[in-house]
Amino acid sequence: MAAEKRVVFRSSWLPWVLLAPQFAVILVFFFWPAAQALVQSLQQSDAFGTSVEWVGLENFRNLWNDSTYIASFWTTAVFSVLVAFFGIALSLLLAVFADRVIKGSGFYRTLLIWPYAVAPAVAGVLWLFMFAPSVGIVSYLLREWGYEWNSLLNSGQAMALIVMAAVWKHLSYNFLFFLAGLQSIPHSLIEAAAIDGAHPWRRFWTIQFPLLSPTTFFLLVINIIYAFFDTFAIVDAATQGGPGKDTAILVYRVYYDGFKALDLGGSAAQSVVLMVIVVALTVLQFRFVEKKVNY
Amino acid sequence: MKSKFSALALAAALLGAASAQAQTEIQWWHSMTAVNGEWVNDLAAQFNASQKEYKVVPTYKGSYDVSFTAAVAAFRAGQAPHILQVFEVGTATMMASKGVSVPVGKVMTDAGYKFDPKAYVPAVAGYYTAPNGQMLSFPFNSSTTVFYINKDAFKAAGLDTSKPPTTWPEVALAAAKLKASGHKCPFTTAWQGWTQLESFSTWHNVELATRSNGLAGWDARLKANSPLHVRHIENLGNMAKSGLFIYKGRANTPEASFVSGECAMITTSSGFYGNVKKNAKFDFAVSTLPYYPDVPGAPQNTVIGGASLWVMSGKKADEYKGVAKFFDFLSSPQIQSESHKRTGYLPITLAAYQLTEKSGFYKQNPGTDTAVNQMIRKVTDKSRGIRLGNYVQIRTIEDEELEQVWNGKKTAKEALDSVVTRGNELLERFQKANKL
Repeated sequence: MAAEKRVVFRSSWLPWVLLAPQFAVILVFFFWPAAQALVQSLQQSDAFGTSVEWVGLENFRNLWNDSTYIASFWTTAVFSVLVAFFGIALSLLLAVFADRVIKGSGFYRTLLIWPYAVAPAVAGVLWLFMFAPSVGIVSYLLREWGYEWNSLLNSGQAMALIVMAAVWKHLSYNFLFFLAGLQSIPHSLIEAAAIDGAHPWRRFWTIQFPLLSPTTFFLLVINIIYAFFDTFAIVDAATQGGPGKDTAILVYRVYYDGFKALDLGGSAAQSVVLMVIVVALTVLQFRFVEKKVNY
Repeated sequence: MKSKFSALALAAALLGAASAQAQTEIQWWHSMTAVNGEWVNDLAAQFNASQKEYKVVPTYKGSYDVSFTAAVAAFRAGQAPHILQVFEVGTATMMASKGVSVPVGKVMTDAGYKFDPKAYVPAVAGYYTAPNGQMLSFPFNSSTTVFYINKDAFKAAGLDTSKPPTTWPEVALAAAKLKASGHKCPFTTAWQGWTQLESFSTWHNVELATRSNGLAGWDARLKANSPLHVRHIENLGNMAKSGLFIYKGRANTPEASFVSGECAMITTSSGFYGNVKKNAKFDFAVSTLPYYPDVPGAPQNTVIGGASLWVMSGKKADEYKGVAKFFDFLSSPQIQSESHKRTGYLPITLAAYQLTEKSGFYKQNPGTDTAVNQMIRKVTDKSRGIRLGNYVQIRTIEDEELEQVWNGKKTAKEALDSVVTRGNELLERFQKANKL
């Protein structure tokens, strides 16, 4: 660590020029909209924006007084923990298997990467079709086996449906990173362990998994952010937040209030809250979880 | 030779373009799909063929809420269409947004057309008219809630197909018989908030909200937790528990389960008629919305739904003339009557209704006059219509709370109380945001 190599630019302006494109992208696509959200969260306006009024923190007070909003925090927590856990666990499993495949590995890998090309709304609709209570093929099979599937009225099943869709949609992304991580582990380590008599299960837990920890940590952060921000289209297509508000996660409410109900102030206030939560979560993860990571 | 030829072709092309430009284009954004989408395209084509000056270009912009959001974005960017189809729940929002639209009454008189609001069916025109008597939007596809039954399923269950159930107790009895005959889904409902709370209220001459359901003022507040409302929702909740009422989802999603034959009875829009007629592989009948016979004043009239056409502001005078010409074309009794027969939407003028009756259509297609008969009545202050701010969200609240009754998590009273408190917060906020 002490002998860290440092590369020093001779010129004082060149590094800034090289960074400029990235800065520009971040400014335009992140800081600008985020600042807009902050401004709008302090305003109330009619749908067409013909009359705008500064209301201070009223939008936030309205959220605080809305008991269903507080309930959404719990829903979101359950949803994102499930999505992150199953997303990471399943993709790790698949990556370990795909890593061992010798014949036709390209074929399997392509198939596993495929879902990433599917738009979230389409993913939601796909899963909805399979699990629709009256016409879905899976719900039909479940009924044949004596299990009553009705995600329209059963909250647990509705939650399961959006978790499945969200996990499936993001599986490829996680898979790619795990596969790359696995392939960068030197084979000599695993072979040495095998010669010492460690069976695959043990080799995985004592060698591969610890060496994958930077990847796993990165994916944990990314998956939480994905579950928090990127899943509203899945919810909209599959359950529309129902039954009741039992699958109305925070980001879906931002989308609904902003784009369906056209309450831009209220929607902006919610996205500010969401932004604060994700920043806090990411800081927490770096502060505590990262300590367990071996680079 | 070759270059001469291409120069000629170019000149011809330019000429063609110039003559095409002389035609003023009228952009029309709508939300009609399938059979109703074909209907909209046919109307535009018919109008375009009837004259040379204007060309109406219909564009499907997604479902009602999606196209509304698109129009808001387009308006903010100065790219709004000339004509926008807005669903009835967006009416209050359009009315409250000053300077966004031009009243239809003004567009018509400015273009020199005689515009007589009295020619329209009162329950339809009244809904789209401002308190000062100015007609704000053009009633286009007006529908109301009706009741459809699958006659084949009724026969199989040993029920009398000539007498569909007219009251809720009769519906429950029929549902029980259907279930006994092995039918998995005896009854379902689409647009649960619209059919089971809103239209239910006017049909029983009970207010859903104060201030004549919002028509008389922006300070209206919900009253959807009255004893009658609670009684009805409790009833449906019990039917859900015993498998007589099967919940099939929000908005018009449940309609598919009637067309497929899975559900034997459904309450939904009269605009569903075209779909059933074309796609159902069984004999069906349209009947009046069920009611409770012991409620005084019931049945009154059902409430309007569907959509109207709004004229957006900031366009050229010539374009408004084209819009007026198109609306004049649309309101002719022949066009109206044909549209009514084809789609099941209401005839919006009295002349169109009389023309349809004279043609013998109602006699040949029994039940098609149900929606009209439910609407052409002397309305009361409690039944004229329901127009509330933030209506889109209130509809969602109705969906959310009713679902909690169907799955047994809340009692009818708890759910409806919650509809009222949550809805009223939104009504207050709407007043404030729009400075009303």
